[in-house]
Formats: sequence, C-alpha cells, structure tokens
Amino acid sequence: MPEILEHYLSLAAKAIFIENILLAYFLGMCSFLGLSNKVETASGIGKAVIFVNTITVPLNWFIKNYLLDPGALTWTGISAFANVDLGFLTFIAFIATIAAAVQLVEMVIDRFSPSLYNQLGIFLPLIAVNCAILGSSIFMQQRDYTFFEAVVFASSSGFGFYLAILTMSTIRYKLRYSKIPNGLKGLGITMILTGLLAIAFLSFSGINL
Amino acid sequence: MLRNKIFTDPLMDNNPITRQVLGICSALAVTVKVELAVVMTLALTFVLTMSNTLVSIFRKQIPHNVRIIVQLIIIASLVVLADLMLKGFMYDVSKELSVFVALIITNCIVLGRADGFAMNNNVKDSFIDGFANSLGYGIILILVAIFREFLGSGTIYGISIFPESLYANGYIDNGLMLLAPGAFIVLGLIIWVQRTSTGFVEE
Repeated sequence: MPEILEHYLSLAAKAIFIENILLAYFLGMCSFLGLSNKVETASGIGKAVIFVNTITVPLNWFIKNYLLDPGALTWTGISAFANVDLGFLTFIAFIATIAAAVQLVEMVIDRFSPSLYNQLGIFLPLIAVNCAILGSSIFMQQRDYTFFEAVVFASSSGFGFYLAILTMSTIRYKLRYSKIPNGLKGLGITMILTGLLAIAFLSFSGINL
Repeated sequence: MLRNKIFTDPLMDNNPITRQVLGICSALAVTVKVELAVVMTLALTFVLTMSNTLVSIFRKQIPHNVRIIVQLIIIASLVVLADLMLKGFMYDVSKELSVFVALIITNCIVLGRADGFAMNNNVKDSFIDGFANSLGYGIILILVAIFREFLGSGTIYGISIFPESLYANGYIDNGLMLLAPGAFIVLGLIIWVQRTSTGFVEE
C-alpha cells in the first residue's frame, strides 16, 4: 500500500511542480495571459480548470480504452470489431467529449449549485478550448496512464495551472504601480515575468522522486 | 474592408501573436529549432486556411447555438489530416512536435479567426484572412526560433554558425534558451520591439 501511495504522490508532485503544464509545456497560455489581470478572475478560471480537467481526462480515458485503442472493442463481443483500431479518431473524440462535457457540467452546476455557477459559470465555455484541458487528455493517452493515475494526473496538472495563474495575477497586481516602457506594457512584461516564474519553477527539476 | 488590408494587417499591425494574443502555446513550444517552427507554420497554414474557407462556406447553415462545436469538429478533422500527413512524410519531425500538432485544434488563432472572421465574411476574404494570419504567425514563430536556436545551440536550421575555435576558446551555448524560460523571455522582447515599432500601447 505505501508504495502505491508514494507512486501517486510523486506523480502529483511531478505534474504540479516539475512538469508544470503551463510553465514547462506552455499549455493554456491564452487564458493565462488574458485572465491573469485580476486575482478573482484568475482564481475562478484556475478552479474551473481543475474541475473540468478532473472530469474530462477520466472520461477520455474510458473513450480511449473502450473505444479507440487497438482491440478496445472486444467488450462488445462482436468478433469483427476485435481488431479495429480507431486511433486516428483520437483528437476528434477527445475534443468532442470535452466540448460536450463542459456543456453538460455547465447545465448541471446551473441547476444544482447557483453559487458555484456564479463563480465558474462564465469561465466554463472558455475552457472547452483551453489547450491545457485537451493537452492533459493527450498526455494521458501518450503516457498510457492507468485509470487512477489518470485521475491523479488530471487533478494535479489542473492544480499546477491554478498555482501558476494565481501567482501571476498577484504579481501583475503589484505591477500596476511600476513604471514600464510603453511597448512592454501588458503582454510584453507578462511574457518576461512568466519567463522568470518558469526559471523559479526550474529549481524544482533537481528533485528526484 | 479592402482586400489588401485583410492581407497586410495580420502581418504587422494586427499580428495574431503579438497583438491579438492568440496561439501563444505553440509559438513557445515548437521554437527550439527553426526546422520545427517551419513545419509547424506549414501545418497551421494548412489548417487555418482550410478551416476559414470551410467555415465560411457553411456559415449560413451553422446554427448559432452550437457553432463552437461545429467549428471545433471541422478544425479537428483538418488537424487529423495534417497530423497523418506529417506522420507519413516527416516522421522524425512529427515525433519532436509531439502533442503540439494535435493542439492546433485548441490553438486560439484557428478558432478565433473562424468565429471572429469566417462566420461573418465571404469565402474569398476568409481564405485570404486565414492565409495572412498564418503568415503573421509564422513570421513571429520563425523569428523566435532563430534567436533560440542561435543562442541555445549555436546553429540556424541545423547549420553551425560559430567556428570550432570559438568553442575551443571557451564559448558555451546558453542552455537556458532551449528551456521554457528562454522562450518566454525571447517572445517578450520581440513583442516589445514589435509594439514599439507599430506604436501600440496596451492599457
């Protein structure tokens, strides 16, 4: 038991710090740059990413293992399907699942938890096209995670995104009172700051788990 | 809008990366080598031009409520084509690009142009707009890649720039340029130069 727990913990630490989905793989940059102006919005989108990621990656895991992989259709019992490889449909299936799941989640939250909907509502449609979400699903497929690994990986890479965007929004808050050259205002200085943040996160890469 | 303007705007004044802030993910990730940046630009040009054209052809048939999903499906199908072509003809490069070809699907440029331009404009203009935006994207991508490859590995498009004697005398390539922070900082500086030259100031 402890070994398994250790395995999951190291997977989580790796996804959050060492291979941070945003600072090491550049996924989710669009919302990172667009929505890190205010701390409240940043934390809203961060939470929404954790939430949606934890739902869509396991969903896509089922799609991958019971629909797309070579021989994945054997559970149907039809022998003609046993050797079918639908791998070429991966991207379409993943993005369709994500878009549908996001829509569904939005409706469910709206119905059952208005307060959560007020927090996350406006961010959910944006998230369907967030590269971090599709990226996590594709990483899950490439690295061949088991189901529980996929769940751990999904929630912790979402948390990594949350951490990065929250940090950036607080830095940008401070930045309002700084004198910045005209051409560097906004996007330019944010990119350079993200670079410095990424250097800081590089220091985690020495950790061996 | 004038045809000419549709074409020239995205190249400089309204560049998708430095001005519209679209498609940054891939711009950073595939710029370790110039070769990767060139291949990525080709793939994106194919997808963006085709998707803009297709979306524009079907713009009157697509119901407003589900337009994002329809657009995504069109884009995803094109990306699958591009990915299979890369795997078939340039296997090594496609291995290095790894997930980033697939992520053209969620590349904001493609969806942004499909939803923002192709849905409201005729086929010819949409085609030009898609092509011009890919070019604007490619210019920045290749520029970042030239800097990163030059400073990080001392080569440009795989050709060594520095003479051996320089290394013998103690010159060391800047490894940071090959890592994520190098990409962020180089792009930040390019944005600075570009915005100073066009005189655009963000509030």
